[in-house]
Amino acid sequence: MSSLTSTPRLLGLAAFSLVMALLQGCATGPNANPADPLEPLNRTVFSVNDGLDRAIFKPVATAYNEITPSPVRTGVSNFFGNIADAWSVVNNALQLKPKETIETGMRVAVNTVFGFAGVLDIGSEMRLARNKQDFGQTLGYWGVGSGAYVVLPFFGPSSVRDSVGTVVDSNFDLVSNIKNVPTRNSLVGARVVDKRTEFLDATNALDQAALDKYSFVRDLYLQRRAVSIGKETTDKEERFDLPAPPVK
Amino acid sequence: MLRRTIAQLTVVLFSLTALTTATVHATDETPDGLIKRVSAEVLDNIKSDKSVQAGDMTKVMALVDSQIMPNVSFTRMTASAVGRSWRQATPEQQKRLQDEFKTLLIRTYSGALAQVKDQTINIKPLRAAATDTEVTVRTEVMGRGEPIQLDYRLEKVAKGWKIYDLNVLGVWLVETYRGQFAQEINAKGIDGLISSLAERNKSNAAKKS
Repeated sequence: MSSLTSTPRLLGLAAFSLVMALLQGCATGPNANPADPLEPLNRTVFSVNDGLDRAIFKPVATAYNEITPSPVRTGVSNFFGNIADAWSVVNNALQLKPKETIETGMRVAVNTVFGFAGVLDIGSEMRLARNKQDFGQTLGYWGVGSGAYVVLPFFGPSSVRDSVGTVVDSNFDLVSNIKNVPTRNSLVGARVVDKRTEFLDATNALDQAALDKYSFVRDLYLQRRAVSIGKETTDKEERFDLPAPPVK
Repeated sequence: MLRRTIAQLTVVLFSLTALTTATVHATDETPDGLIKRVSAEVLDNIKSDKSVQAGDMTKVMALVDSQIMPNVSFTRMTASAVGRSWRQATPEQQKRLQDEFKTLLIRTYSGALAQVKDQTINIKPLRAAATDTEVTVRTEVMGRGEPIQLDYRLEKVAKGWKIYDLNVLGVWLVETYRGQFAQEINAKGIDGLISSLAERNKSNAAKKS
């Protein structure tokens, strides 16, 4: 577990996959999605991730979900959520969003001081919204295009830009910067389990909803990412249920 | 505490509006009014029926058919997800596509029904001109934790408003399926898509029971 969850190792893997992806170049089929030129490689990484998930992460998360009482799980989620919120404050500030910065900043302050280092989420009770922002979104805000869709080993769906974002996020991550190695590794491990547990229902639904899980996850990711950076398409689409308009 | 009381009051209000409007769906019902009425009706029904919450598919299907489908332009929704090839499909194929797509969506979402407990729907102010024939109604599902964004696109038809797309947490349903469907059609044609959908539905049904 510890070798799997140590961040520098993972980042090395991520960097390796990026290089591999670039080397592979444009290996595209006839029906390729223009946002996903690296599809063949991405599919391989995706299936490795999926296999790892089935073998390790999902069973562990399921067991954790069944064994641990719900208030404990909520406390754990709140604790890691608070750490993530602190980094969101920085990114909201970098995106020159005063309201979100102050609101999320207040939230972190209240939860850290009165919520026992974030275990109690008093901020939500006070209606202080969590404005989640990561460094990839900050780059997007300043006009950096997302580049090709990339599936990172272990981290999952990303893009060239967001991979850079993930590297920066990890560098400033409070948990990964803990000097004591056993403490750091247990916290990183606990956080992975917590995150996976949060998505148990969603991934179960995903298995049922998708015809092709790979492209379903990709399309969800790309759409959601575009919205979160404020680049929603509002193009009028053609009405295919009506007869074709006359060609002029 | 105050929040809880407000939430309870809202539920009472919703049910009252549902009672008074359920019988007279006036043709001049506003799009946000329609969403408010239907959400309240459906939430009430789920809360009062344990077998729906447990995911009893026959019950869920009946609920969807009687309360949701009359308010949905499902032909438009399916056509939009299928895209260009919809026009080449025979009426028989179009019907099968709609049936299988409907089953797929209901099965996917029925898992969420088990989580319906004390949620309420908060409808945001509608930003549209009176002459608009297509509008977006934005809502939030308020429960424990973060509010969940749930938006609807509606079109004006002869008999009032009908839903033709919905957005959960920033993702439009039709757009999400468009890529899936195009991929299947490109590889195996319309009949290929129909059989893939049917197969998925069959394996989902087997997993449930």
